[in-house]
Amino acid sequence: MMQHLPILQVLLPLLGAPLAALLRGRDMAWGLALLLTGAAFLISIILFSQQQMTGETLVYDLGGWPAPIGIVYVIDAASALVLPVISGIAFVATIAARRLVEAEIDARDHALFYAAWLLTIAGMLGQVTTGDAFNIFVFLEISSLSAYALVAMGAGRDRRALPAAFNYLILGTVGATFYVIGLGLLYMLTGTLNLMDLSERLADVQSTRAAFTALAFIALGLFLKMALFPLHFWLVPAYAHAPSAVSALMAATATKVSVYVLIRLVFGVFGIDFPGLADAVGLLVLTLGIAGAFVGTLAAILETDLKKLFAQSSIAQLGYMAIGIGAMSATGLAAAFIHLFNHALMKAALFLAIGAIAAQVGRASMGTIQGAGRQIPLTMTAILVGGLALIGVPLTAGFISKLYLVRALLEQDFWLLAALTFISSALHWPMFGKSLKRLG
Amino acid sequence: MQDDVVIRVIAKVMIPAVMLFALYVQFHGDYGPGGGFQAGVIFAAAFVLNAMIFGLNRGRHVWPTGLNLLAICAGVLLYGLTGIASMLLGANYLDYDVLGATPQSGQHIGILLVEFGVGLTVASVMVALFFTFAGRLTHIRLMAKMQVHEEADQRKTKRKAKSTKKRARK
Repeated sequence: MMQHLPILQVLLPLLGAPLAALLRGRDMAWGLALLLTGAAFLISIILFSQQQMTGETLVYDLGGWPAPIGIVYVIDAASALVLPVISGIAFVATIAARRLVEAEIDARDHALFYAAWLLTIAGMLGQVTTGDAFNIFVFLEISSLSAYALVAMGAGRDRRALPAAFNYLILGTVGATFYVIGLGLLYMLTGTLNLMDLSERLADVQSTRAAFTALAFIALGLFLKMALFPLHFWLVPAYAHAPSAVSALMAATATKVSVYVLIRLVFGVFGIDFPGLADAVGLLVLTLGIAGAFVGTLAAILETDLKKLFAQSSIAQLGYMAIGIGAMSATGLAAAFIHLFNHALMKAALFLAIGAIAAQVGRASMGTIQGAGRQIPLTMTAILVGGLALIGVPLTAGFISKLYLVRALLEQDFWLLAALTFISSALHWPMFGKSLKRLG
Repeated sequence: MQDDVVIRVIAKVMIPAVMLFALYVQFHGDYGPGGGFQAGVIFAAAFVLNAMIFGLNRGRHVWPTGLNLLAICAGVLLYGLTGIASMLLGANYLDYDVLGATPQSGQHIGILLVEFGVGLTVASVMVALFFTFAGRLTHIRLMAKMQVHEEADQRKTKRKAKSTKKRARK
C-alpha cells in the first residue's frame, strides 16, 4: 500500500466527494469529510517524512504508463512540503466547519457543500502532486469550480456572495484560459506535457518568440489565480462574503497553491536561464509584489470589517511571496516557500477565529468586537497572535519569513526594495492596531 | 409544443433511435470514434428533446432529480473504483492489465468500465444542467405571475380600504 500513497493523497478526497453528495442525515457528510481529510493529512505527513529521510523523488506512474507518455505523480522536496500544509489546514478547517456550516448553510445543502469542499481540497492536492502540466490545469479547474460554488453558498446569509462568486468565476476562468493557452503553445513547440520532459525539450527552443509568449500567458494566468496586484479584485469580496469555513480554507490554501504552481513552472520548467525570465518577468513580479504589499496594507487600514481587513492583508502577503519569487535567487525562493507555509498557518488561524466570532457575536466588524476580548478571550488571543505574525513581530512565524525575504533582497543589493518591504510591514501596525484597541 | 402532431410523432420515433445511437457510440468507443463523453451528450439529448416536446414536468417524471444525482455520483465512483480494483489486484492505479485473464482483455474490460462511468456522469450532468436552467424559467414565470397577483391583491385591498372609509364617512 505504501507505494500507492501519492495517488491516494489525491484520490481519497476526490472519490469522497460523490459519496458525500449522496449521504443523507445529520453530520454524515461532515463525518466522511473529516475522515478523508484526516487520512489525507496522515498520508501527506508519511510522504513528507519518507521524502525527507530518503531525499529521493517519489514517482508514481498512473495506469502503469511511465513518465513522458503517461501522467506521473511526483513527490519531491517542494511538493512534500506543501502537501501537509494544504491537507493539514483542510483537516483543521473541516473540524471547525461542523458548527460554522450548521449555522450558515441550509441543512438541505450540507451534503453538496461537503462534496464541493472535498473536491476543492482534492483539486489543490492534485495540483501540487501531479507532474503533468495539463493535469495541473484539470486540477486547477476542479478546485476552482468547486470553490466558486462554495463561495456562492454564502448567499443564504449574505446575498453579496452571489456577485462575488460570479466575479471570481469570470476572472478565475480567464486565468485558467490564459494558463491553458500558454500550455498549448508549449505543447506545440515541444510535443510533450510532462514537466520534466518539457523543461528538457524547452532548452532547444527557448529563444523562440512562441516560448516567451507561452511564458507570458502562463505567468499572467497564474498571477490572476494567485491574486497578485493588480489582478486581485476578485479576492476580497469572494473571501469576505463566503461562508466562514470556506473563507478559512481558501484564504489559507487556494492562492498558495497557485504560487506553488507558478514557482514550479517558472523555475522547474522554464528555468532561471530562460531568456527574458530573470530580467523581464523577474522585475515585473518584483514590482507588482512590492506594489501589492503597499496597496493591500493601505486598503486594509481603511476596512472596518474584519474579514475584509484580513482579505486585503492577504494581497499584501501574496505580494511578499511575489517579491521572494521576483528576487530570482535560491534565498528568495526559500523565502517565498517559508512565507507560503507561514502565511497559510496565520490566515487559517485568523479566518477560523473570525468564524468563531461570527458564531458567537455575529458578523465580525470593528463594532461587534468592541470589548469582545472579555467575553471570548481565547478567540481574541488567537486573533492577536495571528495579527502579530502577519506584521512579522519577532518570536512569530511571520518574522522568520520576513527575515529571509529581506536577506534575499540584500543579497542582490536591492537596498531600496528591502527598505520598502520593511516599511510596508510596519504599515501593518496601524491596520492591526486599530482592531487591537477595540479588544479590551 | 405538445399540440403539434408532427413534432410529437417524430419525437416519439426519434427518441429511442437517439438513445440507441448513444449506446452504439458508447460501446463502440474502444474500436472506433466515440466514447463516454460523446455518448453521454447524445444520450442526454434524448431526454432534453423529450422535455422540450412533452414539457418539463413529464421530463422530470421520466428521470427524477434524485435518481439523476445518484447517476452523477455513480459514474464518478465507477471510474474511481475501477482504478482501485486494479490497485487491489497489485498494479498501479488505473492499470487495466490486471483486470482480465490477459493484458489485452484486461485493457478491454477496464476501458469499457471507465468509459461507461464517464458516459453515465456526462449524460446525467447534461440533464441536470438542462433541467436546472429550464426549471429556472418556469420559476421566473411563476414569480412574475405571483407579483401580478400580489399587485392586484394590493389594489383590491386599497380599493376596499377606500370604500370602507367612504362608508364610514357616510
